[in-house]
Amino acid sequence: MFARGLKRKSSEDAEDADGGVAGLPAAPSYTLQRQSLLDMSLVKLQLCHMLVEPNLCRSVLIANTVRQIQEEMTQDGTWRVVAPQAAGRAPLDRLVSTEILCRSGREQEGEGDCPLPDPAPGQAPRRPQSSPWGLDGSREGRGGFQKSLDHIFETLENKTPGSVEELFSDVDSSYYDLDAVLTGMVGGAPTGPGLPAFAPTAAAPPSSTCRSDLGELEHTVEILVET
Amino acid sequence: MAGEGRARGGAGAGLRAGVLGGGAGRERAPDAPGVSAGAGGGGCPAGGNDLQWCFSQVKGAIDEDVAEADIISTVEFNYSGDLLATGDKGGRVVIFQREQENKSRPHSRGEYNVYSTFQSHEPEFDYLKSLEIEEKINKIRWLPQQNAAHFLLSTNDKTIKLWKISERDKRAEGYNLKDEDGRLRDPFRITALRVPILKPMDLMVEASPRRIFANAHTYHINSISVNSDHETYLSADDLRINLWHLEITDRSFNIVDIKPVNMEELTEVITAAEFHPHQCNVFVYSSSKGTIRLCDMRSSALCDRHSKFFEEPEDPSSRSFFSEIISSISDVRFSHSGRYMMTRDYLSVKVWDLNMESRPVETHQVHEYLRSKLCSLYENDCIFDKFECCWGGSDSAIMTGSYNNFFRMFDRNTRRDVTLEASRENSKPRASLKPRKVCTGGKRKKDEISVDSLDFNKKILHTAWHPAENIIAVAATNNLYIFQDKVN
Repeated sequence: MFARGLKRKSSEDAEDADGGVAGLPAAPSYTLQRQSLLDMSLVKLQLCHMLVEPNLCRSVLIANTVRQIQEEMTQDGTWRVVAPQAAGRAPLDRLVSTEILCRSGREQEGEGDCPLPDPAPGQAPRRPQSSPWGLDGSREGRGGFQKSLDHIFETLENKTPGSVEELFSDVDSSYYDLDAVLTGMVGGAPTGPGLPAFAPTAAAPPSSTCRSDLGELEHTVEILVET
Repeated sequence: MAGEGRARGGAGAGLRAGVLGGGAGRERAPDAPGVSAGAGGGGCPAGGNDLQWCFSQVKGAIDEDVAEADIISTVEFNYSGDLLATGDKGGRVVIFQREQENKSRPHSRGEYNVYSTFQSHEPEFDYLKSLEIEEKINKIRWLPQQNAAHFLLSTNDKTIKLWKISERDKRAEGYNLKDEDGRLRDPFRITALRVPILKPMDLMVEASPRRIFANAHTYHINSISVNSDHETYLSADDLRINLWHLEITDRSFNIVDIKPVNMEELTEVITAAEFHPHQCNVFVYSSSKGTIRLCDMRSSALCDRHSKFFEEPEDPSSRSFFSEIISSISDVRFSHSGRYMMTRDYLSVKVWDLNMESRPVETHQVHEYLRSKLCSLYENDCIFDKFECCWGGSDSAIMTGSYNNFFRMFDRNTRRDVTLEASRENSKPRASLKPRKVCTGGKRKKDEISVDSLDFNKKILHTAWHPAENIIAVAATNNLYIFQDKVN
């Protein structure tokens, strides 16, 4: 999991006035929490593309959540499309806050967690309290969380938070390439009639990471074939 | 054809006669009546008239390592309650039959033992989409019994099958043209004719697929429901509901279609559907936005316009980004009377009067202590768990599952509720179930369990209640627990 000593960006996380235990970040701001939720949701939408047909109900609910966040952020004026060049760096920072968001906090017992308040604009967000998730890191219950995080570093560089409508539109080819690498199914990305495909449009070209993965795969295959 | 598949022999509890001990759960003072938000239930048992639940049997492997295929995915009693069917992720169906009551042991009730096991669905591969079709049995629904055989419908994501389960306990002996071991007799040696006679044999239960209803669903089937006319049934997937005739497999009628022309506009899916128990033209379906639509098939062929629309207005003070997700209805069931219906969303069960669309008549909190954990439950996907609910035979009590192998019972008359646990520790024969309590914060009392210690992998999604008696079946991952009320 994440190293305890992982540094946060001090300028953006200025609201942790109460400091907190050394090495343990304090309560993230509402904006940060909301952004983390958005990122988590986008990752979930991409991860639901598996060998078995994705659960449509789950995908629709997640997409609606993303839409809600997007609407609120648009009203706040904080909605922006992350430039591809920055995509490599910024998401990782936001990923840290996802971990903060869901960190088990035994020291903070008794406090409510992650209360994302009424999204009506103009209403000052309540100061969010820290989160005693209490889901012990060693438990199986965090399996999904672990899986999400593992995949994040593999897949997120290619993704930008595009508009929600595009989540349901045609799948970008770079997504297919990445998918082929992950699942070993070359050209097997499914979009049947009526089946929505979930991927944000990539304003960016296929990432170099993706290409290098493919390159490695080819290289590996070459070695195997030669032996 | 009797399929293969592991029979669920279990650590069945032997039923013993004798005076039963006093109820352990009556030590604490009862909680205040009414709906209690927060921790689950008080000390007094629910279910009307001092119902006390006791362990009866448990089926399934004790092994800590659970094979994915053994996870139970549906449980259903038949109309008489004598048969109990389970389906699992491996596509198998196991049917238990209740043994006849033993007159010499008046305090004991009939046990459920394996009656038939067969492979209902196999994994398939959709070549067009390059996707696997899971063999997991999503739902089983029994047909009312009309002759000696039993019929049930079982469905996976795409295909519904009608199975006939029949008994064979006699065989013919004394054929003229063949020996007892099957060898053909030489015709020239036959000097006399005899009439074959039926002789008893060991009971054999055979399951054979009689109808296969396929290729009618683009999306995943979540519900099937047999109509009260006993001739038709409906099947519902995420976006469409089809009406079938039990005799006709190559044709079904689409009666609800909520697929938008432009899939990008999709914001709501169908989550469950059921026929009214008495009015064969009426059915309901629930949605991921927490709404229920009641449709009358007499009004039009395509029931896209509902007759009634049930939705509770949202409480603005509790709104969050997760409000919609937790309002998504995972199950909808009519009461036996047909006057009410019950819906299950993530945190509560609601009882609706069919004559009142504006709001439910009752709301019961299942595990309100999870409301502050929604973000974490969203992260690990537990927030998408689909819990089922069921009615007691007299409609006076309702039941639903929760996490940590807890399940909740609500008595609608006394307004009392109780949290019980399905676990091997409480599996002494006829042992009374001790009510459990979840501690939400502050000091944890003895015997309470804190929210942080709940095991979210142990979820009770599927439960069933005997249609007439107080016998319940609770599926806990790969184990099936059967509980009965204490014989008064």
